[in-house]
Amino acid sequence: MSQPLLQIINATKIYGNASSFLSANTQTVALQDFNLTIDEHPATITTIAGESGSGKTTLANAVLGFVNLSSGQILYKGRDIATLQRSKMLEYRREVQAIFQDPYEVYNPFYRVRHIFDMVIRRFKLARNKAEEREVIQQALKIVGLRDEEVLEKYPHQLSGGQRQRMMIARAYLLKPGLIVADEPVSMVDASLRAMILDIMMRLRDEHNISFLYITHDLSTAYQIGNDIHILYQGSIAERGETTQVIENPKHPYVQLLIDSIPVPDPDIKWGEDVEAAGDEKMRSQANSGCRFYPRCPHGMDRCLEKQPPIYQLNGSDHEAACYLYDEMPVAEKRN
Amino acid sequence: MTVTQNRAVESETSAAREKVLEVKNLRIHYETPRGDVIAVNGINFHVYKGETLGLVGESGCGKSTATAGILRLVQPPGRIVDGEVLLNGVDLLKLNESELRQKRWRDASLIPQGAMNSLNPVMKVKEQIGDGITTHEPGMSRQAVKERILELLTLVGLPSRVYDLYPHELSGGMKQRVCIAMGIALNPSMIIADEPTSALDVVVQRVVAQTLLDVKKKLGVSMILIGHDMGLQAQLVDRIAVMYAGNIVEIAPVRSLFEEPMHPYTQLLIASIPSIKERKPLKITEGLTHDLRNPPPGCIFQFRCPQVMEHCRKITPPLRELKPEHYVACHLYE
Repeated sequence: MSQPLLQIINATKIYGNASSFLSANTQTVALQDFNLTIDEHPATITTIAGESGSGKTTLANAVLGFVNLSSGQILYKGRDIATLQRSKMLEYRREVQAIFQDPYEVYNPFYRVRHIFDMVIRRFKLARNKAEEREVIQQALKIVGLRDEEVLEKYPHQLSGGQRQRMMIARAYLLKPGLIVADEPVSMVDASLRAMILDIMMRLRDEHNISFLYITHDLSTAYQIGNDIHILYQGSIAERGETTQVIENPKHPYVQLLIDSIPVPDPDIKWGEDVEAAGDEKMRSQANSGCRFYPRCPHGMDRCLEKQPPIYQLNGSDHEAACYLYDEMPVAEKRN
Repeated sequence: MTVTQNRAVESETSAAREKVLEVKNLRIHYETPRGDVIAVNGINFHVYKGETLGLVGESGCGKSTATAGILRLVQPPGRIVDGEVLLNGVDLLKLNESELRQKRWRDASLIPQGAMNSLNPVMKVKEQIGDGITTHEPGMSRQAVKERILELLTLVGLPSRVYDLYPHELSGGMKQRVCIAMGIALNPSMIIADEPTSALDVVVQRVVAQTLLDVKKKLGVSMILIGHDMGLQAQLVDRIAVMYAGNIVEIAPVRSLFEEPMHPYTQLLIASIPSIKERKPLKITEGLTHDLRNPPPGCIFQFRCPQVMEHCRKITPPLRELKPEHYVACHLYE
């Protein structure tokens, strides 16, 4: 048993203040008791999916060290990242890289794009001289299918969206990370170029042993490349398991609704019955009072209101759903 | 099911159908210090009465510019260089400013991209919708305006309490539906919706899309639906026009286009839709378009086309009808 690469234990993040006698309760639970383990070998692509406001970006920010958890732990190679010393933190920042949604905003428009490489090479002392520098950049660009003379001396606006995103992946690769947190990396890239980015992610996983935490709202791309998937609803896990299993055979009513709503690219297969959009007052249910999906759930039962359902283990070892519909199944153990 | 049956009947009889909008040789350029960027390169298409036409293509292909051209909303440095836009037989490009203002909104309305962010944050929903109505119908009584607004809200599936709310009190999907209500407020014969569901979650996207279908069914309005999500297009439109680098490369009834996409670019677009039914190897294409200031001679898709021939580098393929209502601009089918 090798030690896991990343372990998230009971991660909870609450924004806002608890009620006091002067102010109302302004707390929003962005993430609640979230658990996740990514093994070091083999590398995997783990998807975190959910609609806006589901807590997926909070999770990404927590892993990247941008926000501190309210409770719970994030362990990287067995060490809690909240208590890392400065030098270890630097190492962590090198080993865990990020790719963001908008590949334009991360560039400084005044510098040529090679600046992003020069910066990390200097910061992390990746090369001893010019020749070596050229070597490492070339190698990284080759991985993403770009040639240095084509892109390095250009300004960000002269590159296409796909090229810019591939440059960001090359930059991340340069640091030989163990994990890349990819927050919606393809949602702003054209459909025809999306495949290329996804393919690069798969190659980095398979050929270079780099794991991904793939944050997305798009289940279809997750289905194409992902290993495990965790689907969040308002900060809590709704369903998790092996991606093909979850998407081909969704168990949680929310996940069923989600998958049913993906438009099928065939004019002969139409959406089923009309769905009701939840009104605003229904969307945010009170924290800690039963299942969050209850107001929108077609199967709502009285007990759903009393207490949040535990995560049940469904048939198939690693397919789990947090829904009372499966209460005859065993409750899943906390994975840590 | 009835919807699809109707659709089949519709496309068969379309030759005799009335055209609400006809765009002829529309050409829009953006001026830059190093020459004009040809954003829309003399495109031709029409929209039948009660029909939804999908306009698809990657970002920067000119689809938004083309529709902005229809309503003469192209901003400098862009300008409409040439063409005709016939809305119910009247050429919008020849009208003077006040005549045009009468046409806009009343005859053809626009639901702009990211419409939900275009709502005025300090105006209540009733004021925003009412504004458009009273501008065009100055004689309408207060009570009548109110009734009209409530009717519109019902039409887009919003509860009447939305009438008195501010935009920030609504969710994204609700705001988007308020914008649809504004778009149909004056019973236009033509609605142009620019990516009406982008930036929404799949479930909300589905609700908004259903609203659009509903509105179309109830009002019989014609629609142009701009988008890049081929799945959504398959669900919503009757015909699709595929744009690439300022040109329409294929127009066909939606069924025909998905069954047998003919232009290599359309084939690529359809092949690149990620499926949730089967895992398949990803289809990868290098995606660099030519410099739009200086299009190459011959076919505009030649640099990315997997089936490019010698011929394609010299002669521009015209848009030709290869099957009923199925037009393609490609040398492969000669």
